[in-house]
Amino acid sequence: MKTESNVITGGANMARRSFLRYAGASAATVAVLGAASCKKDRAVGGGTDVGSGDIGILNLAYALEQLEAAFYIQVVATPYSGMSSVELSYFTDIRDHEVIHRDFFKTALGTSAIKSLTPDFSSITFGDRKAVLTAAKTFEDLGVRAYNSVGYLIQDVNYLLVAGKIVSVEARHAATISNLLSSGSFVADDQVDANGLNKTISVAEVLSAANSYLSTKITANSF
Amino acid sequence: MNLFEIVDQIEKIDPEIHERLNPRRAAIKNITSFGSKVALAAMPFALGSLFKKAYGAAPANVVEVLNFALTLEYLEAEYYNQGTAKNVIPAANASYIAYITRDENNHVKFLQTVIAQLGGTAISKPAIDLSGGNGSGTGPYASALTDYATFLTVAQAFEDTGVRAYKGQAGALKGNQTVLTAALSIHAVEARHAAAIRQLRHDLGATTVKPWIVSSAGKGNDTGVAGVDGNYAGEENTTHLGINLAGAGAIGTVSASFDEPLSYDQVVALLVGTFLVKK
Repeated sequence: MKTESNVITGGANMARRSFLRYAGASAATVAVLGAASCKKDRAVGGGTDVGSGDIGILNLAYALEQLEAAFYIQVVATPYSGMSSVELSYFTDIRDHEVIHRDFFKTALGTSAIKSLTPDFSSITFGDRKAVLTAAKTFEDLGVRAYNSVGYLIQDVNYLLVAGKIVSVEARHAATISNLLSSGSFVADDQVDANGLNKTISVAEVLSAANSYLSTKITANSF
Repeated sequence: MNLFEIVDQIEKIDPEIHERLNPRRAAIKNITSFGSKVALAAMPFALGSLFKKAYGAAPANVVEVLNFALTLEYLEAEYYNQGTAKNVIPAANASYIAYITRDENNHVKFLQTVIAQLGGTAISKPAIDLSGGNGSGTGPYASALTDYATFLTVAQAFEDTGVRAYKGQAGALKGNQTVLTAALSIHAVEARHAAAIRQLRHDLGATTVKPWIVSSAGKGNDTGVAGVDGNYAGEENTTHLGINLAGAGAIGTVSASFDEPLSYDQVVALLVGTFLVKK
């Protein structure tokens, strides 16, 4: 089964409104984020630009989390035939984590947040186990590499810490999915180098990978 | 530790301290709010960095962070090397553990190399007691090298603790493309290990164990072993950048979405006098 429906604004088991109600109470403390950037959603070459500085990095993360959340919402909504109960529980957990990450970034970024992106999952056959696990591995490995590789660009230690809090959860997802696809592949050499380090990625490669699953293309012209 | 006292003391010894620190005076003024956000243990490193920059000396703080990481890697490598030597690992799980063993030994070598390249001196392997008994060999985890379920439980605690310890040092390496990126890359591999170990535990019958840390209200620890409560202290946190996500879902789900750091002091308190023998 293929889909191009815009599921990205769907809310899993958590309505956006209730999320914002809880998060909104303390959102004022992060409103300062909004002041740091007045350029958002710049239409450069038809894409949505993430912006510059820490805001740009956080928006890049927000874009990836939007993509991941939309993907897992679809996976859980239309499970492939033969999905085991353990697999369903893992996918459900991961979906919830990604939705929380997505909504967290949207709240933290406030008026500096890029818009909600429209995914294009037409290349993914959601009814096929291997296709879904392969796509999931692609998203998780991309997320891990992206967070790690842009970490040094983050100026504010609080944002750096948050990125660290999220990237290890993405790495847990990546290992789990990888093992479901191929048992024992959680640190295989496609992702981990000879020194035992997770491999990295350039911002250009992150954009290229993400845009192949997005109708609304993103750019990062400041990086 | 009172940071302002330290500055005052340096002022007596070096009256030009404020001149030297001038470009960074704003940073010193802001150090209280900075400290409330950064893990406390990063403070000696952060302060060291400030002074090192002011005096133009080598960034010894980076080496200190790396030696701290190296200590953890020595411990992890020793654990898996011994587990392998003692044949505690069943054949069905041998490949998983072999990959992890390989990675931890590679981390030791890598950190030793990087520290040397930075002009620092890598610390040597500390005295280790894998039973957690501070050298007695009869600590609470003495059966880890003979009982596989215990081996995996302790491995899980080590991996999760490693993830937290690396995370706690990220701020001290801020902006350092080479070293921060390397540290984050090891951090991610430790998280991959943690998830895999947790999957093995799940498949061995610990069916409530997930690849991520599922805390409950007021309790970070999800291992089922009270002895490692401290290793998971704070994992139940649901507030990030001042945004409380507690209402976004069940506590286990919300807290599992974010892994939490451990400070240098917390890690030292957990490991020194137990797994790392205190002289």
